[in-house]
Amino acid sequence: MQQIILFLIKNKTGLVFIILLTIALGLTFQAHTYHNSKVVSSANFISGNILGTSESVDQYFDLKTQNEILLEENEMLRTKLLNMSSSEDTLESTLDYISDTLYKVQKARVISNYYDKIDNYLLIEGGTNDSIQQDLGVISSKGIIGIVIDASKEFSRVISILNTNTSINAKLKKTNHFGTLTWDGKDPNLMNLVDVPRSAPVKLGDTIATGGRSLIFPENVPIGVINDYELNENLGYYTISVKLFNDMTNLKHVYVIEDTRKEQAYELLNQEEP
Amino acid sequence: MKTYFINSIRFVLLILVQVMILNQFEVMGFINPYIYPLLIILLPFNINSVQKLVLAFVLGICIDIFEDSGGIHAAATLVIAYLRPLFLRNAFGLSYDYQTLKFYDAPFRSRLVYVSFMVIIHHVVLFSLEIFSVNHLLYLLEKIVYSSAFSILLIMITLNLIRKNRK
Repeated sequence: MQQIILFLIKNKTGLVFIILLTIALGLTFQAHTYHNSKVVSSANFISGNILGTSESVDQYFDLKTQNEILLEENEMLRTKLLNMSSSEDTLESTLDYISDTLYKVQKARVISNYYDKIDNYLLIEGGTNDSIQQDLGVISSKGIIGIVIDASKEFSRVISILNTNTSINAKLKKTNHFGTLTWDGKDPNLMNLVDVPRSAPVKLGDTIATGGRSLIFPENVPIGVINDYELNENLGYYTISVKLFNDMTNLKHVYVIEDTRKEQAYELLNQEEP
Repeated sequence: MKTYFINSIRFVLLILVQVMILNQFEVMGFINPYIYPLLIILLPFNINSVQKLVLAFVLGICIDIFEDSGGIHAAATLVIAYLRPLFLRNAFGLSYDYQTLKFYDAPFRSRLVYVSFMVIIHHVVLFSLEIFSVNHLLYLLEKIVYSSAFSILLIMITLNLIRKNRK
C-alpha cells in the first residue's frame, strides 16, 4: 500500500497529465460523435455576453452591407405581399391571415460565427426566453443557415450547415428529385448534394431548395445553384456541387423558424413505432 | 504572490484578445492565429508541474467554450505544458538545467526555437484533433504550416512588446 502511494506521489505529474488529457480527449470525441454536446457549450451566460459585446462593437463596421441585405429582403417581401393581397383590402387583414399559419418566425442576431473549421457552430442571441428551442431551423433572407442544437435562456447554439455532421434533405426545385446536402469541410461557399438518382435532369445553374421531408425547414427554402456535377456510374447517383446563395462568412440577422405542427407530427411518429 | 497576480491578469487578457479580436480574423479564409499559448510559454520556469498542467487545462477549456470545439484546445495546451521542460532544455541548453535562465537574457535564436517548438506542437495537436480524419491530410498540413507561421510571428512580436514596456 505504502509503495503504491509512493509511486503515485513520484509520478504525480504524469498521472495528472494523463487524467486531464483523457478528459480533454473525451470531450473532443463526444463533440465529434454527438454534435449536441452540452458539456462545453458557448450558450452560457458568461461567454454569451462577452461574445455579444464584442459583436455589438463589430456590427458598426458592417451596417451598410447589412442594411442593404435587409432592404433587398424587404423589397422582395413587399412585392410578394402586394401581389398576394389583391383580394384583400388592407395590409392588416393580410397579417391576420399570416398569424395563424403553420410557421412561426423569430428574429435573432448572430454573435459568433465560425466557417473555417471542419465542424462549425454559430451562437445566436435569443434563447428559451424568446421561445427558441432545440431542433428549430435557422435561415437568413437568402437561404438556410443551420439547426438550433442547444438553447439557454438568452443564447442558442446553432450547428451550421458548414459542419461535416449535418445532412439536410434537399431537392432540385424544378423536378422534386431528393438528395442529401452535406459539407466536405473545404470551401464555405460550396456544399455537396449527394444521392440524387440518375433519372434526375441535372443542369448547371438549376436551383436547389430544401425538401419538405423534415419538420425543421419548410419546403422550398432556397439553398443555392448547381455549380458542377458528377455521375457515379457504378451506383447510378449524382454528386452535385452546390454554390450557396448565402454568404456564410457574413451573417448578422437570421430567422428561427418553428413548425407549429411539429408536436402533433412527433406524436404520430411515436405512435407508429411500437 | 506577484506571479499569481501577473498570471491571472495574463490569463483573462489573453482569452479576451483571443476570442474577441483574433478569432474574428480569417486571414486568407482558413488561417486563424492563436496567441493564448503565450501564457504557458511565459510561465515561471520553476513552477509546480501539477499547477502548470491544471492551469493549461483550464485555459484550454475556456477557449473551447468560446469556440464550441469540444476539448481540442484543452488537449493541445496540456500537451505543450507537459512537454515544456523538454523544449526548454533543447532551446536554452545548460542555463535551464542550472536554473539560472532569464528569458529575456537568452539569445534571440534560442527564444525563437523555444516559441516555435511550443507553437508548432500545439497547432499539430489542435488541428489533428479538430479535423480528425485522414481524408483531409493535405488540408491539415496546410493549416498547420500557415497558422503556425502566423502564430509564431504574433507571439514573437508580443514578447518584444512586453519587454519594451518593462524597461
